[in-house]
Amino acid sequence: MPLVKNGHIATDVFFHAADGTELPGDGAVLVSAARFLEDPEALLKRGKVGVIWPNNRDLDDLVPYLERLALVALVFPSFRDGRAYTQARLLRERHGFEGELRATGQVLRDQFVFMLRAGFDAFDVRKQADADAFGEAARRYTVFYQPTGDGHLSALHRRNQLRHSESAKP
Amino acid sequence: MYAYDELDRTLLNERVSEFRDQVKRRLSGELTEDEFKILRLQNGVYLQLHAYMFRVAIPYGTLSSKQLRQLAHVARRYDRGYGHFTTRQNIQYNWIKLSELPDALADLAEVGIHAMQTSGNNTRNVTSDQWAGVAPGEVDDPRIWSELLRQYTTLHPEFSFLPRKFKIAITASAHDRAAIKIHDIGLRLYKNDEGELGFEVLVGGGLGRTPFIAKTIKQFVHRRDILSYVEAIMRVYNQYGRRDNIYKARIKILVHELGIDKFAREVDEEWQHIRDSALAVEDAAIEEIRSRFTYPKYEKLPHMPDELKQAAHDPLFERWRRNSVFTHKAQGYSIVTISLKPIGAPPGDATAEQMDALADIADRYSFGEIRVGHEQNLALPHVAKRDLPALWKALDRIGLATPNVNLVSDIIACPGLDYCSLANARSIPIAQELTRRFANHDTANLIGRLHINISGCINACGHHHVGHIGILGVEKNGEEFYQITIGGRADEQAQMGTLIGPAVPYGEVADVVEDIVEAYLALRDSQEELFVDTVKRLGVEPFKERVYATR
Amino acid sequence: MTSPLQQKIKITGPSVVTANRTADGVVIWRTGSKGWSLDLADAAIVRTADDARALLAEAIEDDLGAIGAYIAPVEVRDGGKVLPGNLRERIRVKGLTIEMPVPA
Repeated sequence: MPLVKNGHIATDVFFHAADGTELPGDGAVLVSAARFLEDPEALLKRGKVGVIWPNNRDLDDLVPYLERLALVALVFPSFRDGRAYTQARLLRERHGFEGELRATGQVLRDQFVFMLRAGFDAFDVRKQADADAFGEAARRYTVFYQPTGDGHLSALHRRNQLRHSESAKP
Repeated sequence: MYAYDELDRTLLNERVSEFRDQVKRRLSGELTEDEFKILRLQNGVYLQLHAYMFRVAIPYGTLSSKQLRQLAHVARRYDRGYGHFTTRQNIQYNWIKLSELPDALADLAEVGIHAMQTSGNNTRNVTSDQWAGVAPGEVDDPRIWSELLRQYTTLHPEFSFLPRKFKIAITASAHDRAAIKIHDIGLRLYKNDEGELGFEVLVGGGLGRTPFIAKTIKQFVHRRDILSYVEAIMRVYNQYGRRDNIYKARIKILVHELGIDKFAREVDEEWQHIRDSALAVEDAAIEEIRSRFTYPKYEKLPHMPDELKQAAHDPLFERWRRNSVFTHKAQGYSIVTISLKPIGAPPGDATAEQMDALADIADRYSFGEIRVGHEQNLALPHVAKRDLPALWKALDRIGLATPNVNLVSDIIACPGLDYCSLANARSIPIAQELTRRFANHDTANLIGRLHINISGCINACGHHHVGHIGILGVEKNGEEFYQITIGGRADEQAQMGTLIGPAVPYGEVADVVEDIVEAYLALRDSQEELFVDTVKRLGVEPFKERVYATR
Repeated sequence: MTSPLQQKIKITGPSVVTANRTADGVVIWRTGSKGWSLDLADAAIVRTADDARALLAEAIEDDLGAIGAYIAPVEVRDGGKVLPGNLRERIRVKGLTIEMPVPA
């Protein structure tokens, strides 16, 4: 499954350690929420850690560790299940998470724009063709009606700016 | 009308080009139907019995004549020459080809019309009072706020994959013509005791298999906070709404299971985090939206022009005027409802020719503006009273002057089993037969205001629960049967109707309805007591006795 | 969503597999030669749940050509004439039971 990170196809530096398997001696690891919460301090001490956070679990248990986490992977069990969009926005906009925010599960081209707007910057993409088309899909929209934490101004705010710049003219 | 600016136009064109690409990928096999289905639904495309169905949004029910002509063009060019106006200010085409849809959407985009989110588990078309901006006594034009919400909900990055569909309606009148109490979120715009404009927010209304009347979640939300408050509701719903069972996934079930107080606390807690965010609505932003609505420059006209006095001698004109013409906020003007319920015809259908002709009529008599209401009728919102006789004649020439607005033959009906893949029974032929039974205008007039609503299945697109008489099609051993309820209503006193007895077969529905109406005429305490008030006063029993005594 | 193949399949009499054509949505029936026809008369008739399941599985495989495939009852008259088995299917075969606002 290709990984797209910051807009480009990238190599995944995280070793995905399934529950019950041994962790590698060193290097970045990605573990389940359950495994992480068993002994978070021990894991965090070893270096770069990522956590796969289920979409039906409150973020409260994760929040205390956010500053020290390199990666949070949120899950789309189906592309129809939109809970992780809310989690993504909360992590970015409310809890100030600045690490990698990765979309995993059924991640398809036609949801890239929504995911980017919600704050994801990395994508475990299902199909190679979708990964190849990432840039095109991400650039499809230039107008956005809602303010989110992705830096785009909403249409309302752009109009507001336009009004001010016009009234400032001599 | 709301005139799109460059930003609105750009977004719409980007959407059309995205869907064109998606259709192309579907037809080339790059996208499976499983992947594509949600994408087509988000663009208003269903699969029905005979073909794809295409549902186009008419936000807050406002159309320009130019837009109506384009709707006619789409009917003619891509469909079979007609369209169906629904109970949520949409128009549906029944015979569209998937391969031609991107072109149809591009044609509609030229006039600022779209089909975004007219289906799928996202926020649907934001609806409002079809008399918005012209009804006397409104605190503000609810369309301004509907447009604010239309923009806010369109392609929302967080709420495009909700547990289930989500419907918002707004009214600004004491009398609710937008049926806000049967919506996921209902908004009533009003001024509080301090004279501040804001909203009563209702949540968790809806019909379908588990009908609920919406409950007030917050008595007053300041206008500045409306987007953040709505976002808080949607965020709680997106996280906690049920996704394990499609029949329990609407917000009404979450509100019911948590209880309104607990749900309100969850929303409030979320809201405190975001109410001072970029979602705060500045008055300047509202004025900006307002400035892109055009309002006619009304002339100073007499309350009772000579043309009207003369026409009053024509009983045919008078009977049309009495139930089609309503009070306007400007003196000398009227709101005219146009019945899409001719005797013997499918409720809510209009041909391309009628749409074109009506667009011309609107240009001549209504400042080029047309409205669409949830009763599946149209309206001309700014008709000078002196023009009423001429308008009546013009409407009559195109079959749009049926004098039955709000009468027993002004029936709401879903497409039913003739078109719909979800239906269990037919709706349209039942409606047609009923209009024939009550075709006599004097009888209908004697009966007075009476709303019959018909749905072909429990999903309740025909709003049967809230019909004064509600008719629900069910299937029993391969036969069509119909459950009949009485006493429902969709306005500010919204309530669900009560079942009157066992379901009856297709062939007996019209007889039963006639019996109910006869019972009402015998039971009402005066000619002024409406059907629904008689049911309220006496309950269902006396009706049941009369209807089932001989069956 | 449960795939039609995971649902319990039971049939009470002769049945066919029907769907709508992807590009234009028109009603089609699965034939015995791994194709589709616009005419119910060409449809493959199945009489056991196993045969129905197999025909449906094969039909669903054609994701590009058809959508919404399902098993529908039919009535086979003496002489072999095939008729739709319920009201819904009669409407799909014969069209609306009402007049269209614009004559076809």
